[in-house]
Parts: sequence; C-alpha cells; structure tokens
Amino acid sequence: MTETAVQRDMVRPDFRVAIMAAAALLACLAYMTIGLRGNLAFVLELRSVRLAAMVVVGVAVAVSTVVFQTVCANRIITPSIMGLDALYIFCQTALVFTLSGFGFAGIDPRLHFLGNFMAMTCLALVLFLPMLRRQFDLTLMLLTGVVLSVLFRSLTTLLARLIDPNDFAVLQGAVFASFNAVEPELLLLAAAITVAGTFIAWRARHVLDVLALGSDTAIGLGVAWRVTAAGLLVLVAALVSASTALVGPMAFLGLLVVSLAQRIVGTNRHAVLIPAAALTAIIVLVGGQTVLQHALGGEGSLGIVVEFAGGIVFLAILFASGRR
Amino acid sequence: MIEISGVSLTLGGSGILNDVNLTVPKGGVTALVGPNGAGKSSLLSLIARLQPLQSGRITVDGLAVDTTPSRELAKVMAILRQDPGVASRLRVAELVGFGRFPHHRGRLTAQDREIVAASLEQFDLGDLSLRFIDTLSGGQRQRALVAMTFCQGTDYILLDEPLNNLDMFHARNLMRTLRRIGDEHGKTVLIVLHDINHAAAHADRIVAMKDGAVVASGDTEAIIRPDVLESIFGFPMLVERVAGRLAVLHHT
Ligand SMILES: Nc1ncnc2c1ncn2[C@@H]1O[C@H](COP(=O)(O)OP(=O)(O)O)[C@@H](O)[C@H]1O
Ligand SMILES: [Mg+2]
Repeated sequence: MTETAVQRDMVRPDFRVAIMAAAALLACLAYMTIGLRGNLAFVLELRSVRLAAMVVVGVAVAVSTVVFQTVCANRIITPSIMGLDALYIFCQTALVFTLSGFGFAGIDPRLHFLGNFMAMTCLALVLFLPMLRRQFDLTLMLLTGVVLSVLFRSLTTLLARLIDPNDFAVLQGAVFASFNAVEPELLLLAAAITVAGTFIAWRARHVLDVLALGSDTAIGLGVAWRVTAAGLLVLVAALVSASTALVGPMAFLGLLVVSLAQRIVGTNRHAVLIPAAALTAIIVLVGGQTVLQHALGGEGSLGIVVEFAGGIVFLAILFASGRR
Repeated sequence: MIEISGVSLTLGGSGILNDVNLTVPKGGVTALVGPNGAGKSSLLSLIARLQPLQSGRITVDGLAVDTTPSRELAKVMAILRQDPGVASRLRVAELVGFGRFPHHRGRLTAQDREIVAASLEQFDLGDLSLRFIDTLSGGQRQRALVAMTFCQGTDYILLDEPLNNLDMFHARNLMRTLRRIGDEHGKTVLIVLHDINHAAAHADRIVAMKDGAVVASGDTEAIIRPDVLESIFGFPMLVERVAGRLAVLHHT
C-alpha cells in the first residue's frame, strides 16, 4: 500500500469517533426534547436525571469491559460474564437477608455501594488475577464464569427462599436493571467514579495497548504485569459497582457495545477504542430509550432489548471464533 | 554477562530445573540446545523474569532479574518466547512498533519510526507491513515477532526457537543477522536452537541441557563432537567437515 493509504488508515478511526460523538449528542438531544408536554420543568428534570444515569452507566460499562477484556487478552469475556453481576445480586440478597427489607431500604446508599465495591474487588483480585497470570484459555475462563454465576445465583436463590415476601419485593426492586428509579445521591457518586475511572483508563491507554499483546509479551516490554493488572482490575470493579449500584446488572451491554465499537473503528488501539466504546454505549442506551419511548410507546423495557441483542452478539462471536 | 547460579524450578510438583549454574559471557552468540523437555524454555523464561524465580540467583548485566524493575530490564534485555500468541488484531508495522515501547512508553517518536522501518526492511517485511498479523503464514508472523524483539534495541537478546516455521532463506538470514549484531555491536544473543547445524555454523558457544540440568557447555568446536552430541541427544551421529565447516549428519 502507498503512503496515502497508511495515512488514510491512521485518520479514519478518529474521524469515525467524531461521527459517533455527533450521533451520541444527537441521541441525547432527541431524548431530552421529543414529545415534551405537561409541566416542562418537572419533565425536563426527570429526563435529565435519567439521561445522566444512562450516560454514566453506558460509559462505566463500556470502559470497564474494554479494560477487563484487555487485561484478559480476550475479546469475548466481560465482567458480567465472569460472574461479577451475579455476585452483585448475591450481595444485595445477603444484605436484605441479614438486615430484613426495612433495614435494607434504610441503609445509606453510599455505604451500600462501598460494600458492593469491596466484594467485587475481592473477587476480582483473589480469583481473576492468579487465573489471568496462568493464562487460562478461553474455554476455561468461560467455564469459570459459568460456575461462578451459577454458584452466586444458587446462593441467592437459597437466601431468597428464607426471606419473607415483603422483603423479597424490596430485593426485586434492587436487582433488576431499571433506569426509572435512579437515586440522585448515587448518581453523583457513580458519575464521579465513572469520570475518574475513565480518566485513569485513558491515561493508561498505551500500557493497555501493550497488555493486549498478552502477559508474557507485556512483561518483556517492561510492564510490571501483576501490579498493573491488579490496579486495572480494581478499576473495573469500581466501574462495575458504580453502574450496577445505579441501575442494576446489565449482563450483555458491555459485550454488545465493545464489539460494535470495534467493528466500527476497526482498531484495537485504546486511544480510539475507549472513546468509541463509550460513545456506542451512549448511542445504544439513549437512542434505544428514545425509540422505545416515542416510536414504540413502551417504557422501561430497554434493559430487556439490550440484553437480548447483546446475548445474540455473544453467541455470534462464540460461533465465529469456534469456526476459525 | 548473564550469570545463573543455583537455579531450580518446580512446577506442579515435578522438578523442571535442577540446580542450574551457568555464565553466558557478554558479546557473541550462545546457542542453547538439548532434547524436548530439557528445560530450555523454562530457563529462558526465568532469565527474562516471565516466571518468578523460586530459588537461586540470575543477573543480566549485573541486574538481578527478580528485584530490578521490569521497566529497566526491558531496556537491557528482550525476549521472544516460543510460539507467543498475538491476541490483539494488529498490523505488522504496529506489532513491530511495540518493540520500542520500553523507550517511549507512549507514542512512537520519529527516531522510533526509523528504527521500526529499518527492522521491517531487515526482516523482509516491507511488503507485509500493513497486513494484519492473523492473516500471515506462521513463518511470516515469526519474522514479525523477531523484528519486534530486535526493535527493542537491547544489549541482550533471548530467542526461543526463533527458526520455527522459517524457510531456509529466512532461517539463514536470521542467523546471519544475529551473527552480525553479535560481532559488530557487541550484543549478547542467547538462542534456543533445534537444528544443531545452525548452532554449529553460527554460534560462538553452545550450552547443552538435558533433564533440567546443564550437561555440557563450551566453544562450538568443543561441543560439536560425536561423543558429546551422543551424550546429549542419546544416539550416535556423524560429524564431518565440509568445505572447512562443521556439519552434523543427524538425520540419516
Ligand atoms: N506449566 C508447567 N507445569 C508443569 N510442567 C511444565 C510446565 N511447563 C513446562 N513443564 C515441563 O517442564 C519440562 C521442561 O519444559 P521446557 O522448558 O518447555 O522444555 P524445552 O523448552 O527444553 O523443550 C517439560 O517436561 C515440560 O513438560
Ligand atoms: Mg521449548
């Protein structure tokens, strides 16, 4: 190829990211303005809280998925596929069980958040770090994820049986993805964590590029692998906690937006992939919600649609990688 | 100089290396040979701090590999493992460019780009530089990985069976390149080789391993002898001089 082809190749991904940014902005505008009626101030406030929640969750999920996949040197598994979401639900159930529904509803959401963050960080560091260093292959990783998810789910079911029905209703409210019941206090905390986490991931973009080559190559190139991977896993745990605390678990959103973003920009360079994945998440969530709300008239089912699409993408990637 | 003293390694309950002591002097090409499973790759990955050192001590250019920051070591020593997968979807030029990471830790500088271009040229990758790694043949990918290792520009270069998948032309080209940088730049090359004739033709010294221990080590002429080779590999082979060069007839 010629020199111009190389240049075109270098420029094009940035250009695509710019277009995605415009599309994301458009989606946000559409969400805020389409079908405005009634008490304007009230509607706008409600919408802006939900919009902020979607943007924060989208960015947190996208960035955590990109970073997690890179640390694992693998583009299929995501934090939720590895059982982090199931752990979240288990933590909630355990809390409801020990405190009873009333106590659960009464805990400071920030305290609550901190507890979840600790649990997820422990799981990430105690379980994933040794596993990653030994370079488990994909099958083994997926199997571990399935086993962990099943384990946490059965523990959850066990506890749920022991919880009385009123408390169970409280629990249900806490563990299903919903953008309609966002706690404003948590929104601020989650937004702060997401901004800080994204900034750190961005600063680490060159190191992430090297980590994606695999742990041995990264060490050979002078990355202190254990410390770096551990730090990044804590970052992932923080971002996952932020998004799940806000709206509940979203199993396949991360996989969906990262694989879409990769296909759109055609590169794994983190300087491009991180913003592209975050923008894709915003477009999918905000755009999807706008379409559902105004074109299809249904509200609150976005989580299900995203999970369905994400699940199909997951299967498609699995089949494609199996065929190769 | 690479100094290895009292190094043992146990993995999954079985002894892989057993009290290895070895000194590789600075400058020149040292070949590491031995049957499959002798522990060559394990020793190389310990030297390159890819595995934690369990016992003993290894220094490279005076730097202890278990305590010196990885970042500092990466400017002194480069390693190419046996069959490293490339998980990322990358173009050849991008992959080779990563060899410069220890120096810039961010974006490639103009000088880095020159070095990358020279390395691509040196390993006959000019035409392939924009291809994705996963579309290359095994030998082409191996050349890209070698080029990346060279780009690192270190005084010590460790290569684990780099001739795998290479055709005769490129295998010879790589060995001659190694020979040249060993001579001209005073660099130290430690290379695991399967083909004893490549070792005989290009190495200054040969270290032989068997069952997790160093069983012979010395100048090439001292190792390429029927009795020594038989004791390492376990079968008799002829050693002849052809046009003044040593040739081992191990395949007849
Ligand atoms: N992770 C591991 N766990 C257990 N045994 C291993 C591991 N890696 C290598 N080995 C064993 O260590 C021995 C030496 O392996 P290696 O250093 O790769 O040999 P070589 O490179 O000389 O062929 C072999 O018997 C191999 O089976
Ligand atoms: Mg080997």
